[in-house]
Amino acid sequence: MAAPGAVLQSEWTKIRTVRSTVWTLALAFLVTVAFSAIICAVVNSQFKTFSAEEKLTFDPTGTSFAGILLGQLALVVFGVLVIASEYSSGMIRTSLAAVPQRASFYFSKVAVAGALALVVGMATSFISFFLGQSLLGSHKASIGDPGVLRAVIGTGLYMTLLVLFCVGVATMLRSPMLGLGILMPFFFLVSPILSAVPKVKTVAKYFPDQAGRQITTVVQVGDNAAPYGPWAGFAIMAAWVVAALLGGYLILKNRDA
Amino acid sequence: MIELQGLTKRYGDKTAVDHLTFTVRPGVVTGFLGPNGAGKSTTMRMMLDLDNPTAGDVRIDGKHYRDLNEPFKYIGALLDAKAIHGGRTAYNHLLCLAQSNRIPATRVAEVLETVGLSSVAQKRSKGFSLGMGQRLGIAGALLGDPEILMFDEPVNGLDPEGIHWIRNLMKDLAAQGRTVFVSSHLMSEMALTAEHLVVIGQGRLLADTSMADFIAMNSRSYVRVRTPDPERLRDALAAAQITPVVTGDGSFEIEGGDPARIGELAAKHQLTLHELSPQRASLEEAFMQLTADSVEYHAGGHLAGDPAGAVPVTDGAAPQWGAGWSGGKDSTPSTGKES
Repeated sequence: MAAPGAVLQSEWTKIRTVRSTVWTLALAFLVTVAFSAIICAVVNSQFKTFSAEEKLTFDPTGTSFAGILLGQLALVVFGVLVIASEYSSGMIRTSLAAVPQRASFYFSKVAVAGALALVVGMATSFISFFLGQSLLGSHKASIGDPGVLRAVIGTGLYMTLLVLFCVGVATMLRSPMLGLGILMPFFFLVSPILSAVPKVKTVAKYFPDQAGRQITTVVQVGDNAAPYGPWAGFAIMAAWVVAALLGGYLILKNRDA
Repeated sequence: MIELQGLTKRYGDKTAVDHLTFTVRPGVVTGFLGPNGAGKSTTMRMMLDLDNPTAGDVRIDGKHYRDLNEPFKYIGALLDAKAIHGGRTAYNHLLCLAQSNRIPATRVAEVLETVGLSSVAQKRSKGFSLGMGQRLGIAGALLGDPEILMFDEPVNGLDPEGIHWIRNLMKDLAAQGRTVFVSSHLMSEMALTAEHLVVIGQGRLLADTSMADFIAMNSRSYVRVRTPDPERLRDALAAAQITPVVTGDGSFEIEGGDPARIGELAAKHQLTLHELSPQRASLEEAFMQLTADSVEYHAGGHLAGDPAGAVPVTDGAAPQWGAGWSGGKDSTPSTGKES
């Protein structure tokens, strides 16, 4: 076996020396923070027009992560390109010649991508939260309020799991075109639309993104209502991620490079 | 030392590599020759455990590739010049490879110097020409200072200077006692670099022999005679029970003839000769003959009336001999020609 540290170091070099890493992660951060801030500012100025019920179920924490719906698309691109660019460039053959133990290669790549996503995800969620709350004026939540810190950390974890899910799916598909072509519409269109359709939405609640985002909210009524709690939702998403990563590994292990 | 034992690869009902058994020995350049689609690249990918064989086995110094710890220190390979992420600089590409095999980073600058890419080390490989890509791939193969080197069609895309450079590099590596295994579909290229030859056609082993033996076994030799007085020469030869073949330009070709004897015969009859030369069919012709037999299942087929084949091989010549084989790039799992 190749030394695990050596392969991790190699994968870290790979990930930091391509431009797509920087721009996808920067975009995920900027888009999430900016859109969340805009939505918080708008909500603050329009709060008095809300109905009594809307006022009662208002979730200042979840609102400060509203931009994630757009920002996560950049994370999808990051997760897909991390592995699929190896296939599109042919680099995969050089990589596997260097590290023929495919489990070592794959899980080092997953670990490095996951660690980077975790750092960026946490930075995004904390900055998004504090900036959003400062724009919500008197409607803001405090980090010490019940469930708030859990939601902020959960948002960072959600972003990490989303990246890992995309890495797994892209490894199964072995192509950036296929990976982006399936995952982008799924997270941007299919999942949001189905979650708004009556009856279908009870199924859509178990999609990885819908289940995982439960942890990013504090007030789980109205639109946010789900038949499971925040951590159970997170576990549902984690199960999707494990399945995707395992599927990716089995395909990488058994197919010709 | 690389040992192949009954190596077989099938894609559905197509057999790309068919029970290949041979050994690549250290200290010489072994040429791996076959027409496009013969299964050379598939074989090399199986040697590196990139593709799984349907049957059979490859051992590198007695081990499977996947069991090698830090494989670049045993074996370096150039498979495909494009197997590089274009967004990474040449330096960073080599650095990530070096790190995975715990090769010191200082070695990266060394191999860049060796292949002549130092000046573009910080450039993204996206902008590289095919020749520069080949050089970067070769740099990767040299990174771990391995005892075994494998090159798949290394001269592709190189300019004449680059071709000259890679030939000398391979000879130097073999002279240092390393195992050098290089594939090509150009016999003329092999003739200049390889001492040992492994020839495959349609995935099957056709020859595993030294270059000299290959030439002796597969090519015909004859004597060419040219005279201003062909009628008298023919009579003289007939008297000596020699039957010449008259070629289009009026010269005679005597299959298996002895030049000394023919010269003496001409002197005895006081014939003027303008040419008396022993000829050997070129390697191209020998190779074509061998693979044509296998590909088309002809028995003892001569490539009739191909005077160009008798011309001694010249550097970089690209004759038409390959035209009959299926085109396309060898790296695809081609099924070869099915006729």
